[in-house]
Amino acid sequence: MNALRRNVLKGATGAGAVAVAVAAGLITPTRVLAGAPRSAFEAKNLADAMKGMGLPPATDSKDITIKAPDIAENGAVVPVEVTSSIAGTSAIAIIAEKNNTPLVADFEFSGGAQGYVSTRIKMGSTALVRAIVTAGGKTYQAAKEVKVTIGGCGG
Amino acid sequence: MAEPMKIRATMAGDTADIKVLMNHPMETGQRKDAKTGQLVPAHYITEVTATINGAAVLKAGMGGGVSKNPYLGFKVKGAKAGDKVSVSWVDNTGDKRTDETTVG
Amino acid sequence: MKKALLGLVAIGLAGGMSGAIAAPEQDRQEFVNYYTKKYPNVKLDDYVYGALAFDADSKAQYDAIMEFPPFEGELEKGRKMLDTPFNNGKKYADCFPNGGKNIAGNYPYFDDKAGKVVTLHDAINACRVANGEEAYKVSDMKTMGLLSTALRAQSDGMLMNIKVEGAGANAAYEAGKKAFFSRKGQLNFACATCHVQNAGVRLRSELISPAVGHAVHWPVFRGGDNLVTLQNRYEGCYKQVRAVPPAQGSADMNNLEYFHSYLSNGLPMKANVFRK
Repeated sequence: MNALRRNVLKGATGAGAVAVAVAAGLITPTRVLAGAPRSAFEAKNLADAMKGMGLPPATDSKDITIKAPDIAENGAVVPVEVTSSIAGTSAIAIIAEKNNTPLVADFEFSGGAQGYVSTRIKMGSTALVRAIVTAGGKTYQAAKEVKVTIGGCGG
Repeated sequence: MAEPMKIRATMAGDTADIKVLMNHPMETGQRKDAKTGQLVPAHYITEVTATINGAAVLKAGMGGGVSKNPYLGFKVKGAKAGDKVSVSWVDNTGDKRTDETTVG
Repeated sequence: MKKALLGLVAIGLAGGMSGAIAAPEQDRQEFVNYYTKKYPNVKLDDYVYGALAFDADSKAQYDAIMEFPPFEGELEKGRKMLDTPFNNGKKYADCFPNGGKNIAGNYPYFDDKAGKVVTLHDAINACRVANGEEAYKVSDMKTMGLLSTALRAQSDGMLMNIKVEGAGANAAYEAGKKAFFSRKGQLNFACATCHVQNAGVRLRSELISPAVGHAVHWPVFRGGDNLVTLQNRYEGCYKQVRAVPPAQGSADMNNLEYFHSYLSNGLPMKANVFRK
């Protein structure tokens, strides 16, 4: 089913295609275990990325911690660590708002995996890094601004 | 053939601390080659899955926005020393790779 | 501060002329005193982190990346080269004392017989030639770069231990010092303009590193896995002030590395690190 869904979405763009796919009964708007559909990774803005993931608008939560730099040393390698202490955290998505395709990665946890992920992302410009957490069927978020300057000297 | 991943898995209390370094260019498809001016074709990992003793613990989707040679750190409660950790990735060209280690 | 700054410039000039035997150690002390007086809150041991020692946010990113550095794969290529025997069956390890472990802090040294400074790169090439192989170009990152990186990695933590003994060594040291302090290029900058007078200060978005602690942490991998050796970086510095750089591996570059390395004596080697 997964492959079929991808074929359907292939070549089409954004939310429109998702809507068509939904109408065709190929995907449901709620999150399925297979993770975010590829279309979400191709979305050009935050709203479309959220729609692509089939997530409702998120509520702010203080129980999500984003560890990311204030000023990125290098936009090509920005360490980002997200910890969610919200009970029942089942997924974390990382979004860099101003990137051409804002959805960077999404992670689904099972079998004892904690609501924690550490990775390194690319950022094209100064932007909010947003963590979207799914827990108990609800969606939460937190954001942290990361400044990206053009460098290349240093030692 | 894709280069092997490096996986480290250590216990911290009752939780396994798992760190993975994948060897992959993670080309977004939006970057131009400095010499030729041509777009470098997209080539990035789209999916990563991790299991402990065969049971799924993590399923990740990625876009081109993850840094070159992707790093992934996650924590699994209830794992034990000696458990088998297996990590697999698939990229947008269909290339794939699976590597294993045991929790130390 | 101004007084100390003037004092250093004076050393630069006077040192170039005198060349007294105790001069190198005096110079190093003077550098250390200058920086530590200017930045009393930065520990000398942290100078091995370069500019990162002055910025906690940058250092935190460095730590996060060094946790599992993206250049591991590159380093492995270097290790393979280092462990591959020559056609005659001998290995690099046979050329160096202690099998090539904990030695990098002794380089560069002054070879009295040859009458010149020998860098680790030169020693690697000498090893190759002695075993019937061709020398590598010192500026070639894919061969010499990776190989020297792997060799230096075996000296991680060793204290820098540069010796300047005898007339020839002192002359080379003084030549390197002169290169460090003399202004060059269209911008009319000396190495010291940035890395002494303005160390710890921001030049646009860049925080400038102090010269003490420099030499122990090269080569670096920029932006993840782009290898840059120390003389590679010197070349970059020359170009940034719009000066024509001497060739990598030339006596000019080697003398500069000799002087520059001496300044880090006593600090632990931090081989193979991430830099932005």
